Amino acid sequence: MANAWGLKNKLFILLLIPGLAWLLCFFIFPIIIVFSMSFGQKVDIIGIDYNWSLHNYFRAFNGVYFFTLFKSIIISSITTFICLIVAIPVALYISFSSTRIKSILLISIMLPLWTNLLIRTYSLIAILRTKGHINSSLEYLWEASNRALNFLNLANYNIFNNNFIPLDLMYNNFAIILGLFYIYVPFMIIPIYLVLERFDRNLLEASYDLGANHFQTFFKVIMPIIIPGIISGIILVFIPCLGSFIIPDLLGGADSQMIGNIIERQFKSANDWPFGSALSFILIYMTIIVISVRYIYSKLYSKFYIRGMYEKY
Amino acid sequence: MKNIKLLHSPIDYTRNKYLKIISYAFLIILYLPILNLVIFSFNDSKRNIVWRGFTSKYYEKVFDNQILFDAFSNSLTIASLSTIISTILGLSTAICLWKFNFYLKKYYDLALLFPIIIPEICMGVSMLAFFNFINWPSFEIWPLSLSTIIIAHVSFIFPIIAIIIRSRLSILNNEILEAGIDLGASNFQVIKLIVLPFLKPAIIASFLLAFTLSLDDFVVTFFTSGPNSVTLPVKIYSMVRFGITPEINAVSTILILIIIISTYFVIKFLTKNNRALTK
Repeated sequence: MANAWGLKNKLFILLLIPGLAWLLCFFIFPIIIVFSMSFGQKVDIIGIDYNWSLHNYFRAFNGVYFFTLFKSIIISSITTFICLIVAIPVALYISFSSTRIKSILLISIMLPLWTNLLIRTYSLIAILRTKGHINSSLEYLWEASNRALNFLNLANYNIFNNNFIPLDLMYNNFAIILGLFYIYVPFMIIPIYLVLERFDRNLLEASYDLGANHFQTFFKVIMPIIIPGIISGIILVFIPCLGSFIIPDLLGGADSQMIGNIIERQFKSANDWPFGSALSFILIYMTIIVISVRYIYSKLYSKFYIRGMYEKY
Repeated sequence: MKNIKLLHSPIDYTRNKYLKIISYAFLIILYLPILNLVIFSFNDSKRNIVWRGFTSKYYEKVFDNQILFDAFSNSLTIASLSTIISTILGLSTAICLWKFNFYLKKYYDLALLFPIIIPEICMGVSMLAFFNFINWPSFEIWPLSLSTIIIAHVSFIFPIIAIIIRSRLSILNNEILEAGIDLGASNFQVIKLIVLPFLKPAIIASFLLAFTLSLDDFVVTFFTSGPNSVTLPVKIYSMVRFGITPEINAVSTILILIIIISTYFVIKFLTKNNRALTK
């Protein structure tokens, strides 16, 4: 800031202290507690021995916990990928709409973000469960086609089984991925849209003028431009997916759990806080890694890519 | 005359039928579950699969339910108190970061981002561990029994408020501040007479945003709430675990409605610009 005010001001202390004190007492300090607890060990129901061993981390990277950790990463990656595939066309469509339609579409994308996560997960249950709307519609179609076959005297061929077997849409990995997609996809659309909003449309005109088709234009012109938006979107989707626990808790079954469920169980029922802390810190480390990769990438991107683009042409 | 079919330019993607189909299908899928939830809150059937006629009896049931009412009033109390605290903290932090350069400022900036970027569950467990570590008393008296949740909410809400207000401050025209100081105003007067009036819409927006975030939060509340401090989302969670009832649909509809209304005002106040004071 060009004309910053002097620090000897009483005002400075008055403005600095409340926020800083709150952050130190009620955020940094709790995080430090969890950090040191993650190196401790549970001795009895309430006692924790802070012996600074890596025991909990070794446990997290072994056997069933490592499998869950790995599975959480896979599920989050698949979800992020599906979000990406859906978000690009939607973002393209929104950014090219007329101003009035654009604002309506944008608000429609944002609005679900403001409704409660829990309520939206619950609303999916009503659709997916065994007696939910998808299965009852399918059952209706099934019976209607059976009746039609009866009417046409074709029932003997047994084309459809007499009894409708409902699809298992809930309590499996499919349900978790669908739920995560449904909850987090707006976070992918918005950053891509923001990049698309800023870029120079003449590049597209030039591409088509030079004879490229939609595919070529998309992969050679649009794609390189929206990469920063895609990366922000990946971070905004991947990190919450990795740490989510309501969605796998409500939509997933006994064998489809994610790292969030294990953390919750360590703190709420299994009562092994040091191990839960270690798992939470693994999540935090992963968040930091993802964000620093993005930071390094954005440095490299602005250094090589943008400069290269302008110097070459 | 072959090209006569091409009436619009190829970059007019809104006319591309694939993009159009994908976008509208996506929007329908996005809204179908929520609409289903709202519509079936008026359904006159306990099992709630087939439409059996309109009724508002589940709303009456919700309003008669003392436990739900308590949870709701807890939620409102928590939201109001944490809104007030986080707006004050966020406002002072934003002004401080905007006008003062100090040692380690860069790191303070970064530290403020942390509560926002770490996974919510980590925030929740760290607050739980913290209150347990310092033996925070579990108060029996009503507003104090909510203290843990309020503290946890403020911790993740006030950095968001600080960021929003700071981004508003970045478009404030510096010449007006200089004019104020030239005319003999102290720093305190500049803040009181120029900055705060300029920020008024942003402060109202932050106020509502903080309220919404607090009312809406489940994960952090889930870890910090005790038996005496059940909030509406936590109550809904325990109801959902027991099964699907039209009552949950009714409560959820009410909560969605409150949040949508306050979000509308957030957007309205955030997009309000005072032309005379901006750059």
